[in-house]
This record gives sequence, structure tokens and C-alpha cells, in this order.
Amino acid sequence: MAYLDHAATTPMLPEAAAALTAQLAVTGNASSLHAAGRRARRTVEEARETLAEALGARPSEVVFTSGGTEADNLAVKGLYWSRRDADPARTRVLASPVEHHAVLDAVHWLSEHEGATVEYLPVDSHGRVHADALREAIARDPDDVALATVMWANNEIGTLMPVRALADAAAEFGVPLHADAVQAFGQVPLSFEESGLAAATVSGHKIGGPYGIGALLLRREHTPVPVLHGGGQERHVRSGTLDVPAVAAFAVAGQHAAAHQQLFAQRVGGLRDELVEAVRAAVPDAILGGDPDPAGRLPANAHFTFPGCEGDSLLLLLDAQGIECSTGSACTAGVAQPSHVLLATGLDPDLARGTLRFSLGHTSTPADVEAVAKAIGPAVERARAAGLS
Amino acid sequence: MTDTPQRPLRVLAAMSGGVDSAVAAARAAEAGHEVTGVHLALSANPQSFRTGARGCCTVEDSRDARRAADVIGIPFYVWDLADRFKEDVVDDFVAEYEAGRTPNPCLRCNEKIKFAALLDKALALGFDAVCTGHYAKVIVREDGSRELHRASDMAKDQSYVLGVLDDRQLAHALFPLGDTVTTKEEIRAEAARRGLAVARKPDSHDICFIADGDTQGFLAKRLGKAEGDIVDESGAKLGTHEGAYGFTIGQRKGLRIGTPAADGKPRYVLDISPVNNTVTVGPAAALDVTGLTAIRPRWCGTAPSGPGAYTAQLRAHGDETPVTAELIDGTLHVAFAEPARGVAPGQAVVLYDGTRVVGSATIASTVRATSAV
Repeated sequence: MAYLDHAATTPMLPEAAAALTAQLAVTGNASSLHAAGRRARRTVEEARETLAEALGARPSEVVFTSGGTEADNLAVKGLYWSRRDADPARTRVLASPVEHHAVLDAVHWLSEHEGATVEYLPVDSHGRVHADALREAIARDPDDVALATVMWANNEIGTLMPVRALADAAAEFGVPLHADAVQAFGQVPLSFEESGLAAATVSGHKIGGPYGIGALLLRREHTPVPVLHGGGQERHVRSGTLDVPAVAAFAVAGQHAAAHQQLFAQRVGGLRDELVEAVRAAVPDAILGGDPDPAGRLPANAHFTFPGCEGDSLLLLLDAQGIECSTGSACTAGVAQPSHVLLATGLDPDLARGTLRFSLGHTSTPADVEAVAKAIGPAVERARAAGLS
Repeated sequence: MTDTPQRPLRVLAAMSGGVDSAVAAARAAEAGHEVTGVHLALSANPQSFRTGARGCCTVEDSRDARRAADVIGIPFYVWDLADRFKEDVVDDFVAEYEAGRTPNPCLRCNEKIKFAALLDKALALGFDAVCTGHYAKVIVREDGSRELHRASDMAKDQSYVLGVLDDRQLAHALFPLGDTVTTKEEIRAEAARRGLAVARKPDSHDICFIADGDTQGFLAKRLGKAEGDIVDESGAKLGTHEGAYGFTIGQRKGLRIGTPAADGKPRYVLDISPVNNTVTVGPAAALDVTGLTAIRPRWCGTAPSGPGAYTAQLRAHGDETPVTAELIDGTLHVAFAEPARGVAPGQAVVLYDGTRVVGSATIASTVRATSAV
């Protein structure tokens, strides 16, 4: 079995699983005032400090959420509402067209229901937003921009964004910039402090932590309007009883991700390079998606377009041989569609149907690469014979 | 084709999300075949923001199919054949009605989608056969060729909608439900026994791409309203209609003619003329047809030469009628032993020799017993 879909979710680290199960046996609502409550609160705050340390943030800047999707929604909708409340002229939202659906659908919803004007920033053929493009977009009318949102690293093609330069451009006009850093955490150096971002999203299960836990890193000066109203547990911007076991395990995974980031990039990046070479050797006309420069992409990401193939067909053929990867995007019915990311980079829609994303992770081995090297040639040949339906 | 059903095959099971196809897939897996389930997304109905996405109007069926595959323990995928389906089935359906004919989209789907687009893709990907939940039987002759037969349970038989399949298509078709005497209740009980949640799912009767069952509305939206006359056999105007495409030969309901016939008997649609947008109605007796011609013949096996005696089925769920049929210059000429009713151009005539499907063709014209129309 070759699991090459770590960008979807990666196996939980044994130490995170241990932290999770240990806490499951402990009673205590972190908001309660008695001893059990204080114990739970202490676990949460220690985890918050650990994560803050791992992410180059202050503990007070860590807002726990139910995951990446909620953190993205809180940042995008919450900052839109709070910025517009402060000045009704601020209704313009700037977003990259290659965002994850958690951001893309949120900004679209704002345009449908909250009077927002969404402007998609131009990207180059690697799917990268350049700082000048953001600067130019804001400068057109700096007073009407509510926020900008550009992901740290793309989940499909792995392209890294120039986050610091983008944040600087936004800062020139006092516009808050949010970045979905779900895929970046653990793979590239990540310091919230140094990024200059107003907000950043991270998620537990992408770094070896549990599902259902994430965080929005949020500068103190921003108070987004809550998406979830209730007890106000997290800085009054996020309500809901904290999931103490998940928070504790997330911190363990976060600490591990930060501590091992360099090693990860080196080891997994090496395997990824071998995988890219192997695929190119087997299928010479395969097109590598994203930035061909390893410095410009996630070390664990390899994305290919196979001309004349249906991604569905390739997935089925590889799955049957125990190779688990992804076509890159899927709708809830499970129908693969040409990816909005690839279309934004200017790829021909017919070509965009024949894509596969291999994403490696902490459990990847040379045997995984060998399995792909062996299977991909015959699979592409078969899929080509089946053609595009 | 040397494969026999006894040898384990790599089977692609088309799973609609209904009980029949779920049990068919389960039986194929139980028989030792290596089965992969696939749900065909056939509707192109943009409902969400997802760029280029075809909404998810089949989400529920897709989920039911997925759960069935989970229980059976087979891999499951959703394949998007919406473009092909629109081109080959939906557009054809609309064009046929527009031309005054009455198409059968299920038959068309079997011919063009399930046992063409899907089968071709399956074969190219290394599968040996496509399995569906149709009630029909495939019998392998000694020479390895295939015969399509009616299902053991005549009440459930669906060989009519499979009559378009040729030798090659039949050679790669698996119908696990046709081989046993099985009522719908037995199939539901079997599904329940197998732990399949679709056991209690209601049957789908309607045309799958017209979700609300309103065929007239569906056609009106695509063809627009075109008011025309409803006339009797003498040509006298009896009323108006909003589009001749909305009628089917033999139709009695929905004519909305104010005045009753002189003899007080119900009137039926006798003829639809798209050229002058006229619908002709008359008494039931005028529906009697003594023969027909049909085009685009397809044969399960070699085409018969010379006239032959067969039984014919003229519409889905229709009765059999004895006929003599002969292929002349590519057109099938069929003469009925007894006059038949409700014969509509566009429908298929499927010829049987006993339970065996001989072939099929699309009805092009009919020969009326009375010469009034």
C-alpha cells in the first residue's frame, strides 16, 4: 500500500494519539471554575503556548477552531464584517483565484449575501500571486478594501506564495491580509510574527494531529465578528466548549511539525524529487503542475497533468494497485471536475481533466516512490486508451 | 470471446443508487467476480459555485450507491458522463418529440451510454464486463456466442430496453438479476438480507433526467410553446394545443377538447404532424395498426434473411403480438397477425423468437387498418 494523499490527511503521530487518548480519560470543562475545570484550562493554555511557540505567534494570538474550514470562515467573514462595521465603504474583498473552497466559497457567499465585491487577483502560470498585483489592486481604491486573502501554499499544485511581500503590500494601505497556511505548516518555515499577516489558518489533521481541530492565528488588534455565537470561549470571537483532548494532541503535533520542518523538507523533498523524476521517465509528456523550482513549492507536493487521460481513470487504476492519490479536486457527489486552480493558471480545460496529485508525508518511504514508478506508465497507457469520455 | 460467466471476471457494476443494481452488484461479487462499482453522474445542473461544477442533483443516489458498495465491500467511484448523456440521450429525446415521434430514452441510454460509452471505457481500463440491474438473461451458446432472453419473471422482464444491444455488447454484459425467478419483493428481501439500505428505497418510474416527472413542462421549456390545431379525422378543428410535441399516439388524457365525440366515445391521438403542427384525434378503432416499417435495425446475432414469424413487443411493458417480419434494403417491414394499438413512431419494435431477442429497430411509420388518416 502506497499512501500518497497526505495533503488530504496524514497519519496521526503516535505521540499525538497518546496525548489525545490520555486526555479523553480526564474530565473537565476548561471554562469551569473548580479544580477539574482549572486542570482542563491548564492543559488548553499549555497547548496554546506550545502552538504559539511552534508558529512564531503569541499565545493570545491563537484562537482554536473546529478546523481549517472554520478558521478560514472566521477570518474571511469575520474580518469583512468588522472592517465594514468600522467603515461602510469597505466592501471590496481581494482573493486569489486558487484558494481552497473554504475561502473561495466564503468570499463568494459574502458577494451573494453581504454586498461584497470580490476581486480575484491575477496569478502567473504557477498559480502565484505577486505583490505588485496585490498592491495595484488595493491602490485602485485603498479605502474600500475590507480584506485580502491569499493562501500560504496551494493545496493542489503546491505553489508557495510570497507571503511576506504580500503582507507588506497590504500593510502599506492598512489592509489586513489573511493566509490559509494549512498546507504550509510543517513543510516550510512558518513564523506568524515575521509573516506580517493579520490572520493565518492552520489545521490539526494535516500535520499528524487529530481531525476536528484547527486554529486561526489572529493579531491582537483584529476582532472579527464571530461566525459562531455563544459562550465566547476564545477571545469572544469564537464560541464553543473547547475540545481539550484535541487541543492537547494538536499542540503535540504542532510542536513536532515545527521541530522537524527542516528534516521533513529535506527527506520528503528528496523523495518527492525522485517521484517527479520517475514519473517523467515513465511518461515523458507528463506536465509538472506548479513551480518547477523546488524552492517555490511545497516539498511534499508533486502534481501532474497527463495529456489524453481522465484523472478518474488513473485514480481507479492506481487505487486497484494500492496506490492512493488524488485527482486534486472533488465535488460532494464524488465527481472529479477540472480544477479551478489549474484553470486559473491558464491550463486548457481538457488537459485539466487528466491530473493527479501525489502528496507525500512523514510516513512516506522509497518503496512508495518505487510503486508509483512501476505503475504509472502502464496506468497512463490504459487511461489514454480509455480516453476522455 | 472465450470467457464464460463461471470464470472470475473483472466486472464494472453500474450502480444507480437503486435496489436492483445494488443486488446485481452484490450477486456478481458473491459469484466470485472482481467487482468495482461506479455511479454515473448524468445530470448537468449547475447548482453550486464550484467552478465548472455540475451541481449535485444526484448526490442522494450517488450516496445510496456508495453505501451499497461499502456494504458489498467493493471499490466505488463516480464517473461523469453528463456530456455524453446530454448529447446522446437528452438532446435526442427532445429532437424526437419535436419531430412528432415518441422516443424511449432508457433504450437509448443502454445503447449509447451503458453499453457503449461506459462499456468502452471499462474495457479499455481492463474490465471484462459491465454489470447492471436489468431483468434479462444472457445465454451462452456452445460456440461462445450470446443470446439475450427475457427474464425468468415475465412481469419484471426488461429485455425490451436491451433489444438494441448487439453481439459484442452482449458478450460483455452481465445481468445477475435475470437468471432467477425473482419478484421485486424477493429482490427487496434479498437486499435487506444483504444489509443494503436501499432495500426500502422506492422504485424510480420516471425518466431519470426529468426529476419532477413533468415531461410536457420539460419539453415546453426546450421547444417553446407552439399553438396549433387539434382536428378530427375529417380535418374539422376541435380545439387547440400548445405544441404538437406534447402528444403521443394512442394518448387519451389531456386532450382538453370541449365537445364530446358524436358517438360519445373517448377520442385518442391518431396522428401528430410536426410539419403543420396539427394533432389528429379519433376513435379507438382508428388506432388499429396492421403493420409497420422500422429503421436502424440491430440484431442479436446474424440478421435473418427472408420473411420470418416472430412475436413483437412495441413498447416498454407492452404485450407480445404475433408478426411476420422481413428485412428489405435495411428497412424492417412488420405485418401483424391481429391489428395492434398504441404503436408510435420513435418507439422500438423488438422481435422475439420465444423468449429469445432476435433484434430491434426504431418504428418509422405504421400501416393503419382504416385509411381515414
